[in-house]
Amino acid sequence: MMKKGELYRISGPVVVAKNLDAKMYDVVRVGEEELVGEIIKISGNNYVIQVYEDTTGLKPGEPVYSTSKPLSVELGVGILKNIYDGTQRPLKEISEKTKSIFIPRGVEANALDRKKKWEFKPVVKKNSRVRRGEVLGTIKETELIEHKILSPVEGKVKEINSGKFNVEDVVAIIESFGKKYEVKLYHNWPVRNPRPFKKKFPPTIPLITGMRVIDTFFPIAKGGTAAIPGPFGSGKTVTQQSLAKWSDAQIVVYIGCGERGNEMTEVLEEFPKLEDPRSGKPLMERTVLIANTSNMPVAAREASIYTGITIAEYYRDMGYDVSLMADSTSRWAEALREIGGRLEEMPGEEGYPAYLARKIAEFYERAGRVETLGGEEGSVTVIGAVSPPGGDLSEPVTQNTLRVTKAFFALDASLAQKRHFPAINWLTSYSLYLDVLSNWFDKVGEGFSYLRKEAMKILQKEAELREIVQLVGPDALPEKEQLTLITARMLREDYLQQNAFHEIDMYCSVKKQYLMLKAILTFNTRALEALEKGVPIEKIRSSKIIEKIARMKYIEEKNLNEIEKLIGEVRKELTKLEEGE
Amino acid sequence: MKEYKTINEISGPLIFVEEVEGVAYGEIVEITLENGEKLKGQVLDVSKGRAVVQVFGATIGIDKSSTVAFKGETLKLGVSEEMLGRVFNGIGEPLDNSPLPLAEEKRDINGSAINPYQREPPKAFINTGISTIDGMNTLVRGQKLPIFSGAGLPHNELAVQIARQARVLGKEEEFAVVFAAIGITHEEAHYFIKNFEKTNALERAVLFLNLANDPSVERLITPRLALTTAEFLAFEKDMHVLVIITDMTNYCEALREISAARQEIPGRRGYPGYMYTDLSTIYERAGRVKGKKGTVTQMPILTMPGDDKTHPIPDLTGYITEGQIVLSRELHRKGIYPPIDPLPSLSRLMNNGIGEGKTREDHKNLSDQLYASYANGRELRALSAVVGEEALTEVDRKYLKFADEFENKFIRQGFYEDRDIEETLDIGWELLSMLPSSELKRIKEEYIKKYLPKSKSS
Repeated sequence: MMKKGELYRISGPVVVAKNLDAKMYDVVRVGEEELVGEIIKISGNNYVIQVYEDTTGLKPGEPVYSTSKPLSVELGVGILKNIYDGTQRPLKEISEKTKSIFIPRGVEANALDRKKKWEFKPVVKKNSRVRRGEVLGTIKETELIEHKILSPVEGKVKEINSGKFNVEDVVAIIESFGKKYEVKLYHNWPVRNPRPFKKKFPPTIPLITGMRVIDTFFPIAKGGTAAIPGPFGSGKTVTQQSLAKWSDAQIVVYIGCGERGNEMTEVLEEFPKLEDPRSGKPLMERTVLIANTSNMPVAAREASIYTGITIAEYYRDMGYDVSLMADSTSRWAEALREIGGRLEEMPGEEGYPAYLARKIAEFYERAGRVETLGGEEGSVTVIGAVSPPGGDLSEPVTQNTLRVTKAFFALDASLAQKRHFPAINWLTSYSLYLDVLSNWFDKVGEGFSYLRKEAMKILQKEAELREIVQLVGPDALPEKEQLTLITARMLREDYLQQNAFHEIDMYCSVKKQYLMLKAILTFNTRALEALEKGVPIEKIRSSKIIEKIARMKYIEEKNLNEIEKLIGEVRKELTKLEEGE
Repeated sequence: MKEYKTINEISGPLIFVEEVEGVAYGEIVEITLENGEKLKGQVLDVSKGRAVVQVFGATIGIDKSSTVAFKGETLKLGVSEEMLGRVFNGIGEPLDNSPLPLAEEKRDINGSAINPYQREPPKAFINTGISTIDGMNTLVRGQKLPIFSGAGLPHNELAVQIARQARVLGKEEEFAVVFAAIGITHEEAHYFIKNFEKTNALERAVLFLNLANDPSVERLITPRLALTTAEFLAFEKDMHVLVIITDMTNYCEALREISAARQEIPGRRGYPGYMYTDLSTIYERAGRVKGKKGTVTQMPILTMPGDDKTHPIPDLTGYITEGQIVLSRELHRKGIYPPIDPLPSLSRLMNNGIGEGKTREDHKNLSDQLYASYANGRELRALSAVVGEEALTEVDRKYLKFADEFENKFIRQGFYEDRDIEETLDIGWELLSMLPSSELKRIKEEYIKKYLPKSKSS
């Protein structure tokens, strides 16, 4: 039986109820329309509730019911390919149910389809013993993903069935210490509790993103964390979407947190059409979207981040590599601020609640590469976009995020204005994973990390030289330094710049990155030698080979030997120049 | 309807009413003064026995014996097709001496969030007849594209010109303009009405005017009335609606004023912490949805305080809208109209609306090239101010010339000059022919052959 209380005060998304019997963070139903809310403060007989829907029209005295359960999500087969709101309501079902283009208040729909039948294949036998988290059976959830049903407890399999089931059917019964546990194709999990695992591993494997500037210069590890701050128009969302498209995770959770509605539509339109470069299957087959656009209720925006990461952890526990994109964590922090303000809490910096730093740290700490309870290896990589007001990186959300994330992709408005995309500033960005991942990259191509260091040196040198050039013009520089400018320009335009909308250039494998970098640096080394032998810089500058290098990014992945040939050509061409042809 | 005479406190635009019962959050309130004058308000905060009411308009004359009547419903607008051609004030009362149009439907002015699943990506190109917009920052149906302006810049002229000229290539479809003026001067309002009348655009338009001397609380309502009307016309009457809102800066000022009166904790520069969310409930009411013919396109105008793009108003706007059209004081000083600076301007949805079958195959390439060349020209202009033009190379001097001509021929156009997209693109090619064709790196070879004027190419 639900316990009933009474609504006492309403002020925006925060309401107060009295005479309720509920614990902190319990979900309650508010008013006649039974809007969903969550208890966020208890003081005397006053229960403060944040409501996940618009509260207009609520009256004091209306009933409030406690469910005595914390805010939970349904974890089970059928999550993928879906689009949910911040509290895991399926937006497609809602639109079909309500026949409306809007999201009306108080609509309810199950997160997982109750009618759909799934083919369950057991992998353990009756009477066998299983550990907690061990795989009981599998279901083909999408073309790409084998969904694994895990044992909730350690015990003996009393019953297990194969065949077609819907999510509410019991497929197995596990006996543990005399108690029987029914296993269905889904279960509930409170979103604010991290899912357990056996242990965390240090990051040693990169998450390959197919973006040259990230993979080569600022790689991110599987199970790692990264922040992408940038002012508006610097391409945060395009970068996030590229990561969602091409990163070599098996599952992608994309949270549109307080952002534009049209952006989610874009993802919904595009992902089913795009192919995963590794499997050739549509990207949507491995994706789940959480859409809480900016105009949707602010409390649900606060919840959306947790909904997303809980789903990510669930797939991690099956042994998958999951990457989670949150666009944008600033909007989530603003939701915290807004609710904190309604609670009349003492504000910290810029009106944000004093616990902002802790909340951000707790969220990013749910990332990691782990050994699951079932003994498999899985990871959750978290990449959060940050939208600093006025592009000012000293603001609290950016600063608190930088303290806990290990990679930092600084988006730069001036690069974006020059149409240099991705507009990641190579001088201010960093990745603390660089050293631990070097070994991995050196295995892909000999001396990869050496090449990377050299390239970075050239780019840094260029930044210094540019200041001089602005004063005296490029011709006043010594020839060697003019060459640095030429190579740096190549690195910027032909390597760092990558067109997210070009069918070939949008994804670049690590092998190709290695070869491209090698081509540019071979040019640099050979050109230096040529200069020393007295070849004038003008001849090098006007060499046709430069144009060929510029076009190598459009070479298809299957023809990578062409880049190897090109490296040979670079050598030959410069030898020719030395011989004075 | 319940009436009370139990006002306990009056503070700024807020009144506190005691001993109330059954009052709903967001409910509309009517306050009757001793002299019979009536004011409207809305419930902001309600708890058992006590309601805080925000009064629309000045609280002059309210005393503890005024009557407060709770109307039992939230703020709604009666909408109908007959609203076309009409002028209303900032809270939806007719200003044109005609009776209130018969409502076909009553709608909550706050609307509901469009289900993201029901949205469709905006795709159809809108020809505004202005080269810098059509050619380089294309507007598409269902987009929200603000104009970032500054005090004294001709954003009103630009808005009028766009409202007059905007059309979609090819077929004739029903369109309408919904115009919301927020806190603008009487003079400006007159300018808009006069221009709408002069070009017969008024019959396809609905105007909501909240003037500078109207109560600031009403400024929070005006854009919502406009958007409720726009949504009705678009999604029930299959019209393509262009919503122009000017000036969003006044809206934000009103938001700050009211937040301060409510003694809320301020965020950046005193604006409330929820300003982003609040603005998004306005800007997000644009788009294209499945199964409906009509669309809502938004062009909000805002004046950047101190021409500062990082000020919270343009900053938060830029994070929500799909790009921005930036007016430049420098161009304006040079006497160039419209002074749209293409470099900081951006239309995020441009690529959806251009190309073969929509505008022309070379549009994207051409636009990228114009952008790059003009940016280069501007950079060189700054450099030549330091080192002198003589120190520049031959090619660099061509770029300088290009930048000047670009401003004169491409950006500059007349107030009544309506260029179609072909014309805009051709002017672009004409200008590019000033540069050596080897510099046109962003354009495919085949387009250069096809479109670059032969006679002048060097």
